[in-house]
Amino acid sequence: MSDKKKILLADDDVDYLFQTKLHLKQAGYEVIQAESQREAEEVLQSVKPDLAIYDLMMETEDSGFILCYKTRQKYPDVPIIIATAVASETGVSFGLNTEEEQRWIKADLYLEKGIRKEQLHKEIDKLLNS
Amino acid sequence: MLVVDDEPGICSGVQRILQRFTVSYPFMDEDRGFKIHEAYTGEDAIDFIKQSPPDIVLLDNKLPGIQGTEVLEYINKNNRDIIVMIITSYASLELAVKATDQGAYDFIPKPFTPQELKSAMENVTKNIFLRSMTKRLNKEGKEVRFQFLSVLSHELKSPLNAVEGYLQLMQERQAGHDISGYDQVIERSLQRIKGMRTLIMDLLDLTKIQSDEKDKKYEEVNLTETARGAIESINPYAIQKDVTVQLHGEEEVRVYVDPNDMEIVLNNLISNAVKYNYDGGQVDITIGRDEDGVRIQVSDTGIGMKKEDTEKLFQEFVRIKNDQTKNITGSGLGLSIVRKVVDLYGGRIDVDSQPEKGSTFTVFLPIKTYKSETTTL
Repeated sequence: MSDKKKILLADDDVDYLFQTKLHLKQAGYEVIQAESQREAEEVLQSVKPDLAIYDLMMETEDSGFILCYKTRQKYPDVPIIIATAVASETGVSFGLNTEEEQRWIKADLYLEKGIRKEQLHKEIDKLLNS
Repeated sequence: MLVVDDEPGICSGVQRILQRFTVSYPFMDEDRGFKIHEAYTGEDAIDFIKQSPPDIVLLDNKLPGIQGTEVLEYINKNNRDIIVMIITSYASLELAVKATDQGAYDFIPKPFTPQELKSAMENVTKNIFLRSMTKRLNKEGKEVRFQFLSVLSHELKSPLNAVEGYLQLMQERQAGHDISGYDQVIERSLQRIKGMRTLIMDLLDLTKIQSDEKDKKYEEVNLTETARGAIESINPYAIQKDVTVQLHGEEEVRVYVDPNDMEIVLNNLISNAVKYNYDGGQVDITIGRDEDGVRIQVSDTGIGMKKEDTEKLFQEFVRIKNDQTKNITGSGLGLSIVRKVVDLYGGRIDVDSQPEKGSTFTVFLPIKTYKSETTTL
């Protein structure tokens, strides 16, 4: 039995998937990758990850939210990160800007996709150890 | 919540059961409890609703004065937001079913267990919550569909992130010191940059067609010529994919249009027909005309798509995502731009597609055409 923590990583950007998977593996995590919301849902059927990282826009514009919701239902204790390139700085609200909206969308953390990998590791660590 | 029942026992029972009961729901900020009011007749119930409309009415069918159905009718007419649950005895189940047809949300048979009441209330509460959420979203003009700018920045930042990530990977010599170890990384970066360039070109097209009418430069254009130009520019890619592109129809179909617009339409449709084709496939372009206008038809023998996909095809940033399309780059703007142009000319665009067989895009533009004899260049 490996004691590596399992991370489910869902993103339809194959490059992001490749790079992030590489970083996470180097940091000592086991990574299960999914290229779509559908694939991620299939994984969730049989595997309970220790943490999940979801892209927001995959098949649909809110795929990430749907995955969050479904993950919460099945595994209420699995922390979830939404990683997105959707910019909040454009001033265009897309549903994460107010505290209220952050409450009804059940992710633990929102990360901009451009963040440095050290920061990503730190955030994951925090969530896994909380 | 208003409980309407002539049996005080029911009212107090409901009070007791729901007193400490709360409903939680993943999307809800906090758990919801119930504040219960009682009415023993339909008349009292209507008075109460007039003064302070509740969220939920738990309504007994059989009341001493006016019947439950009449209260339901009143609510339907005046307070459509209220959710009505009918309490009914098993004997009058049929009536209850009828009531749900008349606008009651659901019914609960009497006698009910505390658990039955609770789960019914749970459903109702969720329904109320979702309704209020939808209402609020609509009110604020926030549709689930994100606005153009935020999607655009997403589309522009994704390739930047990807390329940046690959450069960092190289900077850290992740695959050793030999440059050939990075071939794939370089290839992917180039691909992403190419995709970004396509997006920027498409955006320029979009601003061009959205520019003022006065900026439009109308002139006589031979559509067959425009189509040839479009074929020429896609040709290198067509050769690479071994796709044969053929142009049919008349030598000259002259129309009075902004040449930019027609280039946008033909370039997009023809390049799509090549892009989403199988290797060795075929593209047929037909430009025809009749007294009503011109018809541009582009058919391919490519991967095609399902009916439900064709419906969203013309929306901005919509790309049909599946295993066959995942390696094809595109901005997701092309067809939305084509449709905008077509709309501008009061035309129509239709698509007919079959998975794995191919697609046919037909553009009809209600514009006057000229024959070469009738015009001079």
